Order: sequence, then structure tokens, then C-alpha cells
Amino acid sequence: MLDKNGIAKRIAKEVKDGMYVNLGIGIPTLVANYIPDGVNVVLQSENGILGTGPFPFEGEEDADLINAGKQTVTLLKGASIFDSAMSFGMIRSQKVNLTILGAMEVSENGDIANWKIPGKMVKGMGGAMDLVASAKNIIVAMQHVNKAGESKLLPQCDLPLTGIKCVKKIVTELAVLDVLPTGGFRLLERAPGVSVEEIKNATLGKLIVEGEIPEMIL
Amino acid sequence: MINRVVQNADEAIKDISDNMTLLVGGFGLCGIPENCISALVKKGVKNLTCISNNAGVDDFGLGLLLQTKQIKKMISSYVGENAEFERQMLNGELEVELIPQGTLATRCLAAGYGMPVIYTPAGVGTEVAIGKEVRTFDYNGEVKEYLMEHAFEADFAIVKAWKGDTAGNLIFRSTARNFNPMMAMAGKITIAEVEELVEVGELDPDHIHTPGIYVHRIFKGNHYEKRIEQTTVRKK
Repeated sequence: MLDKNGIAKRIAKEVKDGMYVNLGIGIPTLVANYIPDGVNVVLQSENGILGTGPFPFEGEEDADLINAGKQTVTLLKGASIFDSAMSFGMIRSQKVNLTILGAMEVSENGDIANWKIPGKMVKGMGGAMDLVASAKNIIVAMQHVNKAGESKLLPQCDLPLTGIKCVKKIVTELAVLDVLPTGGFRLLERAPGVSVEEIKNATLGKLIVEGEIPEMIL
Repeated sequence: MINRVVQNADEAIKDISDNMTLLVGGFGLCGIPENCISALVKKGVKNLTCISNNAGVDDFGLGLLLQTKQIKKMISSYVGENAEFERQMLNGELEVELIPQGTLATRCLAAGYGMPVIYTPAGVGTEVAIGKEVRTFDYNGEVKEYLMEHAFEADFAIVKAWKGDTAGNLIFRSTARNFNPMMAMAGKITIAEVEELVEVGELDPDHIHTPGIYVHRIFKGNHYEKRIEQTTVRKK
């Protein structure tokens, strides 16, 4: 079974040289720590940065320079700053190649829910609805089951949707799966020490298992 | 050049009155018009509708206008950092419309560009789409559904820039740019507060982000706190 950093490390392998990538808040942010040397990617922050760098050194933080999670950051060489309309322009027009974000639920046809729990939590969708409606390639980083032990990979989402038929790939603490255009979660890889049986038990939506399922290489 | 200068925030907001709709620039607490928000608190105008990406925190930014219950309705994309906001919303004291961030930005842009509607795929198939016209377009080799969204119509836009000149030309700094340029374009009357106000001719025309035609009133703000929401650093 993977921890949060393990999930981030596995997702980092999906990030290819030359990509422009938007990382959501939470586990997706950790992906930046595991991008291999020699793989050049540009991180987009939807508040208006291409070329987001690491956190500043102590004492060098700048209130005018934050990422989409409102954390102080720095700019890498070659970075650019733009306004919010242009930021979502490059997302909508699919110039941003890859979106990695978290989810509360994903359905077997690729629907995603991650912005609201009726009666409990209303924080808002931020840029998530724009990202999932437009991105060509969406990877979801999430826990396979919730704290109550219930599957978050479902036949259909119970929570209010963020977007429909958009999720392409999912990486959880147990597995890597892709969402087939015809519906269903196809099991691609098992986390170290996790059996196909355990993944089946943790997946309420339609799970497709074809042949031998390899263990992830991290 | 037409002179757009007013003395201070109080003069800039003098004709903002109850029940008006305001666009307020900023992302989180970054690039917010601190002086105008304080002046609105002091003036005590009520039943405002505020369009702003976020709602500030409990004791800063638009949170100050929420504490004094001057806001009737918020239109935002993300409101996660404000406990008073959540309390007022759950008690039904505050009307809230949550919309996707890109939709918020583009509805401002549409207003500034003189286009009544835009079509966006954001929110298709979700509760954001309820009651909205959906159209299918074949575009760039993809057949997709889009929602029709209207340009904002706001009485005032209140923005914060880094530098401005007496003709209202604005330059923003770093990610404090965010929603400010498109909100500046979208107000029927736009007020800009700046850290540095210079004479015409001192800004390079090639470096101006927002031309003064969109800015009706400009003043030099005082005592910018520029509060950081999440200080994240690494060791040297």
C-alpha cells in the first residue's frame, strides 16, 4: 500500500518531458518533488504563473507572489505572469497538457466529484470545473476508500459533480487504473504488496481485470 | 491626457450606495484593494453584491465587510478560508453563488470586451448548469457541450495595481495581477488604488497592462498590509 508520497511518486512517472502541467492542492502538489532530473516540465498555477518554482528561502517571501493554494512560491528562470482570464484561456484551449487533481469520488464513466459535501462542506470549485471540462489528460490522485472504509470508485458519484466523463487515469494507495471510454475501471498496476482481490474488494464500480496485473515500479 | 486622480479611498467610493453590485479584484488576499475595502466599512453601505474570486479571511479583505454584514450576496469560486462566511451562509444570512474560476474571469472579460455572453464547457453536467442554455459546438475536431454565461453588469469595479499614472494607466506586479485587469475592464465605473502614483509620461506605454480608458478614478493607497495567507518557505 502506498502513502501520499508514494502516490505522488507513481504519478510523477506519467509526467513527460516538455509538458505544461497543472497540479491541484494536496497530493498533486507533492508530484513536483518526484519529477525525475532531465524531464523538463513547466508548472502552471491558475492564479497566473507558468514556471512556478519552489518555496522561497526563509525571509524572502513576497506577498505578491503566491500559487493557486495561496502559498508563497518563487519563479523559475523563463517563468511568465498573466491574468486569470488568460490563465483559463490556456487551460480551455488545451495548451496545458496535463491536469493532476484530487477527488472525493470518481465514477466508472469518468465523472468526478471534489467540491462540495451538501450540508457539511462548501468551499467552492475554484478552477476545478474549468480544468476537468477542458483538459485532454486528467489524472486523479485519491484514496481508494474513505475513512469509513467505503469505496470512492463508484458506479456513479453520489456527491455533486465537478465534471462528467473526464477522468482518464487514477492512482490510489492500492492501484493504478484507467477509465475506459466504454465505462469501467481497468486495473493496470497493483501497489507493492497489494493483491488483485484487495483491489476488487475496495472498488464498488465496475472493475476490469485482464490477465496478470503487474506490481508498480516506483 | 484626462486626469483621473482622486484624493483618497473615501472620495473614490463616495457614490457607492446600498444595493449596488461591486467587482472586487484579488486572489485570496493577494492584490486586494485594501484601502477601498476599509473605506466601504467606514461608509457603512449595505446590501452589497460582491463579485470576487474569494471572500477574504475572517478579519481581512472582504471578510471585514462580512463581519459588519454589509454584504447581501457573494459571487465567488472558492470561499474555503473564512469561518464567518461559512456561518452566515449556513444560517441563510448570506446569499452565495459559487461559479467556476475561469467562468468568473471570462464573464469579466466579456463585459470589458462588450460581448453579452460567452460559451464555456466548465460546469456542463453539474449543478452549475441548472437553468442555463446548453449548446453543442463542433470545434477543433471535438463535439462538446458548452454553457452560455452572461457578462457581468456591475456598478463599480474596485481594483488594486502596483503602479499607475494620473491618466489611469495601470501596471500590476507579479501574481497580484490575477483578476484585477479584467475586473478593471468590467466596471461601469472603475476605481483603481495603487502603491505608486506617477505623472503621465513616466510609465512606458509598452508596459501598461490596463489602459486608462477603463479606469475612472485612481488614487495612491496607504499602509498596505499585504497579508500572506500561507507562508511557505524552505531552509537556506
